[in-house]
Amino acid sequence: MTTKLFGEPVQRREDPRLLTGRGRYLDDLGPDALAAAFVRSPHAHALIRDIDVSDALDVDGLVAIYTWEDLPGRLAEPLPLLIPHPALTHGRTAFPLARERVRHVGEPVVMVVARDRYLAEDACALIRVDYEVLKPVVGVEEAAQGARLVHDDVPGNVGAHLVQQAPSADGRDARELIEDAPHTLAFRLDIERSASMPLEGRGVYARWDADDSSLRVYSSTQTSTSVRMAVAAKLGLPLPKVEVIAPDVGGGFGVKIMHPWPEEVLVPWAAMLLGREVKWAEDRREHFVSSAHERAQVQFVRVGFDDDGRVLGLEVTILHDHGAYTPYGIIVPIITSTQLPGPYKLGAYRVEFSSVYTNTVQVTPYRGAGRPQAVFCMERTMDRIAAHLGLDRTAVRAANFIQPDEFPYDQGLTFQDGRPLIYDSGDYPQALRLLKELIGWDGFPARKAAAEAEGRRIGIGIGCYVEGTGVGPYEGGHVQITSDGRVHVSTGLTSQGQGHETVFAQIAAAELGVPLERVSVVTGDTRRFGYAVGTFASRAAVMSGNAIALACRKVREKALRIAADALEADPRDLEITDGVVHVAGSPKAAIPLATVAVLSNPLRYAFDAEAVRATQFAGTSSPDRPPVDAGDEPGLEGRDYYSPIRSTFASGMHAAIVETDPLTAEIRILRYAVVHDCGNLINPMIVEGQIHGGVAQGVGGALYERMVYDGHGQLLNASFMDFLMPYATEVPKVETAHLQTPSPLNPLGIKGAGEAGVIPVSAVIASAVEDAEGIPIARMPLSPSDLFDLRRAAS
Amino acid sequence: MKPPPFDYHRPRSLGEALDVLAGTGADGKVLAGGQSLIPLLNMRLAAPAHLVDINGLTELATVEEEPGGLRIGALARHARVERSARAAALQPLLGQALRLVAHPVIRNRGTVVGSLVHADPAAELPAVLALLGGSVRLARRGGTRDVPAAEFFTGPLESAAGPGELAVSAFFPALPPRSGTAFHEVARRHGDYALAGVAALVGLDDDLRVSTARVACVSVGPVPVAADVTGACGHRPPASADWAAAARAVQDRIEPETDIHATADYRRHLTGVLVERALRDAAGEALHA
Repeated sequence: MTTKLFGEPVQRREDPRLLTGRGRYLDDLGPDALAAAFVRSPHAHALIRDIDVSDALDVDGLVAIYTWEDLPGRLAEPLPLLIPHPALTHGRTAFPLARERVRHVGEPVVMVVARDRYLAEDACALIRVDYEVLKPVVGVEEAAQGARLVHDDVPGNVGAHLVQQAPSADGRDARELIEDAPHTLAFRLDIERSASMPLEGRGVYARWDADDSSLRVYSSTQTSTSVRMAVAAKLGLPLPKVEVIAPDVGGGFGVKIMHPWPEEVLVPWAAMLLGREVKWAEDRREHFVSSAHERAQVQFVRVGFDDDGRVLGLEVTILHDHGAYTPYGIIVPIITSTQLPGPYKLGAYRVEFSSVYTNTVQVTPYRGAGRPQAVFCMERTMDRIAAHLGLDRTAVRAANFIQPDEFPYDQGLTFQDGRPLIYDSGDYPQALRLLKELIGWDGFPARKAAAEAEGRRIGIGIGCYVEGTGVGPYEGGHVQITSDGRVHVSTGLTSQGQGHETVFAQIAAAELGVPLERVSVVTGDTRRFGYAVGTFASRAAVMSGNAIALACRKVREKALRIAADALEADPRDLEITDGVVHVAGSPKAAIPLATVAVLSNPLRYAFDAEAVRATQFAGTSSPDRPPVDAGDEPGLEGRDYYSPIRSTFASGMHAAIVETDPLTAEIRILRYAVVHDCGNLINPMIVEGQIHGGVAQGVGGALYERMVYDGHGQLLNASFMDFLMPYATEVPKVETAHLQTPSPLNPLGIKGAGEAGVIPVSAVIASAVEDAEGIPIARMPLSPSDLFDLRRAAS
Repeated sequence: MKPPPFDYHRPRSLGEALDVLAGTGADGKVLAGGQSLIPLLNMRLAAPAHLVDINGLTELATVEEEPGGLRIGALARHARVERSARAAALQPLLGQALRLVAHPVIRNRGTVVGSLVHADPAAELPAVLALLGGSVRLARRGGTRDVPAAEFFTGPLESAAGPGELAVSAFFPALPPRSGTAFHEVARRHGDYALAGVAALVGLDDDLRVSTARVACVSVGPVPVAADVTGACGHRPPASADWAAAARAVQDRIEPETDIHATADYRRHLTGVLVERALRDAAGEALHA
């Protein structure tokens, strides 16, 4: 790397566009497209007896109305179960439009296409669906009782059941070790529902080109390549005739890795059928009731430990609320189960989950994806052990840490990618030292006593986590240097505002030795790169970052080979600086990459003065060799893929100081500190931004956000007025310190950072409030009204 | 989230507006700042056949002193009243309340009179009007009437404004001498509707003893709950007034309900805490008046 760009806090190059309203989001496209709108079920559980569309037919501007009966071929089948798993014995997915039965409020029943969205909604309002209302199953405990069923053929509402065990070194299981432990505790922990809730909802815009028999689909998605395959399969189109593009995407946070959504196959189908452009942009109300939620879990803990707080055995039983369907498999409870041990060496561990159906919106991963629940469980357990033994909470954690010389560390479990859960690197004791220093842990008791003397209640809390990031199977990168000297980078995974354009350009510029301004980056466009998995699991930088670096190295090697020929030098003596290849120590023997690109592509036809140098009479090539050697390709470009053996494990620790109002029970975060280790940093400013955003979402989950369903399965707070996403005014300033323990698994030594900020926040705030109040906190989120009730119950 | 069809009217004079409203009757809805009405329309929770946009009636964009108080016209935005030196001098409670109304961008569009007519029991301005004993002026073709606050708020989101009537202004009495006000509330997030909130007015006599103590509470009943707690506080200097007794008296009066954000018990508790805080602060203001 000749240019120092990797590791620099380079300004985000996408921001001028995004911050001045020049982003192109889904609904900015296709202003003249027909609009789709949906009639959605108002009932949580019902049979559809009849659909009467006659009144809607009078709406001026109506183009089409579709129900399940109209769907042809594979479109009429249930949507795919994306991630099958042997333990998911009763996986169930929805039809694109409900067939005979609806299983949650918001399930699409009828699609209307009209001249504009206003008219489409007018028509929807006139369609009469006759429902036979059934009693719904609401709440994980009611579901587990199994008295009523969400799916008639799923006994007990149990979609999946999985046990994982990591016995002790001498082969004893967790239950046995808990029985024999000097101390044991048992308790229950609850986390309520929340959701990804990107500010831009989902959306699809499709154009059918009848002359070319090809389909172009724009989708606000986290995976354009897989949407493409799903659309082609569902509509029976040849893959090369389908293009999917993710335009600017206004946040995803997991909900947009789910695919294909009903609308993602129905809108392109309607566009084909009608021969017209069709667009659907989800509104907020639709997003609340018809996309996906996450987080709801009930967790039962039994733990046995010694006098130092070392965990001898841990047993966790999890009830996971999966909502009405399981299209994304059981990724969330698997991640909870396997990431629960965190940075700790547990004597033995047993985890069991049951994933149950309820008549509510389906559950798919939301930033953190099961880890916030896991960390809440493990860290509450650490705090309970400390309280039981009268030990400092950080001392109990330190007693259980995996030590720096114990990596790679095998947790003895199978991770979400089906591979062994082996931590690659980390330094947890050092992270704890940094955090205690940053937050002033050791001086806090004095501070607390001083506050108490003033009639104030303050408390300090801590939470640690390990996050498996950069899961496979692969990502790829393509790099092309054109004869104008510009570098064009593309990768298949998508961007939702994370700063990929900036960090991928930093990687390419550093690898190739070109100025950053000369590099352009395209993501999520299947016209440019067809093979990709998607953006989720904190994987974009690890996967595409490394793939782009590898592709750049190929291009660099080729550039040096061609330049060496032209300069009559040894490629090993060449360097690239500011886009110019030159002999090390001899700057006059130089050739710009632009010229190398010209030379890389032997021409018959010249289109400009520079191109003349590549034509057959220019005398640049040897007459003894073919213009393009065997095994070589024209052009200065390269493609490569990165496919890791397994995930790389980032880690971090957060601490917070909170103040609770003795009278109003309001909870205020006074300080929030983060120590974060994601290996080598590509761009520290972007990593900090990721942490800030994650903490903000974590604060939402800890203190504000819940999905409130009533007994009829109605979501009572399906708007931003009542679903309380925190504003900037509710989010504390985040103080950060970085630790850089490189990953040995990938060329750049990096780990993922996308989800880290959100993961421990509920655990940290619970820990701090418990410290301030002296009341056990076992359920999050926690509102002032909840704290008021807890105080009354405790007094 | 697109509104159902409606006929749009944009009258250019008050007379024209009243004519249009007379014609539309109960099917007409007045659009001023639109901060509550537009979301209701987009969610199809309201479907008026006619929308009468009064934003062209600049004659109603007034903030004027009148004998005994301040008259605020139907097109005066929250932000304008919040920044009005005259309003602050005549009745500081308005500014104290307006700072708690949502966010600046909403206050730039929303109107004071619109908030009163919307009659949300969780909103600040109805409580201010109720506490001060102000009134709303309703015009119809051929007549005008002033409705006192006590009769104006008739239920949640229901006011005395009838079909064909336009609320053209509201009157807020000025702060009497040796009096002070305060507005305290607890909201889940900055700018949210309050879980509980209390506006207070305390007046002192020549001996600087409490001679008047009144509060109005939000989010604890179908309409803003105004209460005279002079007796409970005791005819004493602020430093020894029995604010806690006043709080208990108010707690006995209110009828909060449990919703997804807070239980009824918590709201009752919170109201008591806020009554004490608001009365104490209002008395402090009165001492400095």
